[in-house]
Amino acid sequence: MTVTAPAPTNTQTSTTDVLLDFSNVEMTFPDGTIALHGVDLVVKRGEFVTVVGPSGCGKSTLLRIASGLETASNGVAQVGTDRIGYVFQDATLLPWRNVTANVELLAELHGESKKDRAAKAREAIELVGLGGFEKHLPKALSGGMKMRASLARSLTLDPELFLFDEPFGALDEITRERLNDELIELFNAKQFAGLFITHSVSEAVYMSTKVVVMSGRPGTIVETFDVPFPPTRDPEVRFTPEFAALVGEVSHALRKGHGNS
Amino acid sequence: MTTISNETTVGDGIDNVEGHPTPELPATLSTTPAKKKKRGLSRWLPPLLVFLGIVVVWYIISLFVLDPHLRFLLPLPQDILFKGFLDPLSFNALMVALYQTVIVAMLGLAIAIVIGVIWAIAMSQAKWVERSLFPYAVILQCIPILALVPLIGFWFGYEFPSRVLVCVMIALFPMVNNTLFGLQSVDKGHRELFKLQGANRWTTLGKLSLPAALPAIFAGMRISAGLAVVGAIVGDQFFRRGTPGLGILISNYSSRLQGEQLFATIITAALFGVVVFWLFGLLGRRAVGKWYDFT
Ligand SMILES: Nc1ncnc2c1ncn2[C@@H]1O[C@H](COP(=O)(O)OP(=O)(O)O)[C@@H](O)[C@H]1O
Ligand SMILES: [Mg+2]
Repeated sequence: MTVTAPAPTNTQTSTTDVLLDFSNVEMTFPDGTIALHGVDLVVKRGEFVTVVGPSGCGKSTLLRIASGLETASNGVAQVGTDRIGYVFQDATLLPWRNVTANVELLAELHGESKKDRAAKAREAIELVGLGGFEKHLPKALSGGMKMRASLARSLTLDPELFLFDEPFGALDEITRERLNDELIELFNAKQFAGLFITHSVSEAVYMSTKVVVMSGRPGTIVETFDVPFPPTRDPEVRFTPEFAALVGEVSHALRKGHGNS
Repeated sequence: MTTISNETTVGDGIDNVEGHPTPELPATLSTTPAKKKKRGLSRWLPPLLVFLGIVVVWYIISLFVLDPHLRFLLPLPQDILFKGFLDPLSFNALMVALYQTVIVAMLGLAIAIVIGVIWAIAMSQAKWVERSLFPYAVILQCIPILALVPLIGFWFGYEFPSRVLVCVMIALFPMVNNTLFGLQSVDKGHRELFKLQGANRWTTLGKLSLPAALPAIFAGMRISAGLAVVGAIVGDQFFRRGTPGLGILISNYSSRLQGEQLFATIITAALFGVVVFWLFGLLGRRAVGKWYDFT
């Protein structure tokens, strides 16, 4: 897939840095459900965009269109790479494969050699802090560890565009915050284009360079916030007045958008 | 099993070595002590007592209720043991028949498994194939096989092949049905995971659908195995040419009023059924027990 998007307004980014470019995207399902309506969204390399919105507003649909699982019924949905990582809400590990074999799966499906995929898996497993658990089956892992394995599996693709669909939604607060920090670290190291969905406003503000607020169904983008905090997030930033103010603004926009539906 | 404590140690290890935060403790495994199988007396005593009760009632009926000349209806247990099982002549006939029945049942089962799995895979590949073929699986299940027996005899003779065929026909449906169910119950998220990587249908079948269907396939195998034993004995009683199996032996002994041998043969057939059921349960646990709670 190649990007034929119009030249971005920012002159410092070349066209290849635009990894996701949605313009006026609509999604109407065969049963008549209008999930998305007039969505414009650009995600560039080095951006971590978080989408918040009421449940059922079409957030997952947005990612499914970006990944190619679903085709937009109207508008233009362009994606500038075929290296797309996609982390679902469920870890979706194959229960009969141990951690290593699960992490190797994607490379295996692409027909890579045993040696290559073993090397990739080893590196990814180390990156997510699962070293020592290579031989464990998913059922012997906690929710957080399963999510790490799922993350490692996507990392083996070395994604340029990384989609996350409420990946930490089912985890407890402490685990979630730890994984937030590790994901930020990964993002800062790899500088992919991130599109992250969450229903937690404070997670959104903490994680991202940009927060996008969607309205209730049919989902459309009601407001976008740039996040001013430095890329290497200090967990303490959560306790600053600036953070609280931004969370407040986003929450407000969310409530307003919800009311419109 | 000490996996839990192992994992804890390993988790602490990476924290120290790599500076990674310790991953959360793993979920508790399903092998907590409370769930461990009870062994010993408390497990075996109740069924043993029931068994003793049955033996006592048996003796009472055999000794005091039945006229001596009607004792073949329920022979004394020791007579079944010594005349029915251990008498060299009876023992020989029993073993030959058992061997024959085992061969017929297992061959029929093997064929049913192969055909059943292939049939189900074919149906899982496209809705129209399923719509075309599934009704025939149901019909096969619904026809009383006994009604077909004369026809099978006409076509395939009254020996070994017909006996195997009856086994196959009786054992086929659970294999088809369970395999299809297994193949179709693959998690949607897993399917999309494969689809996102552009995996073709054969890769998806080999690496996803079939492994995911294994628990259902093994459950089907256990049911089919039991049915194959029934099929072998039933088939035997209709197709009486060639080496006799347990079924022929049973009808011979009953027509000759040889109660001790008859009981010994019936007990052997029952034990064979139990062993097969247990064996295929064991096989299932061996194959998928590590990741699936196969019971
Ligand atoms: N395949 C589908 N067919 C019909 N409706 C669908 C389908 N997928 C999702 N929807 C509907 O579209 C809306 C948006 O769904 P989704 O994107 O999953 O929402 P979110 O992830 O924001 O909770 C929901 O109302 C959902 O019921
Ligand atoms: Mg969703």
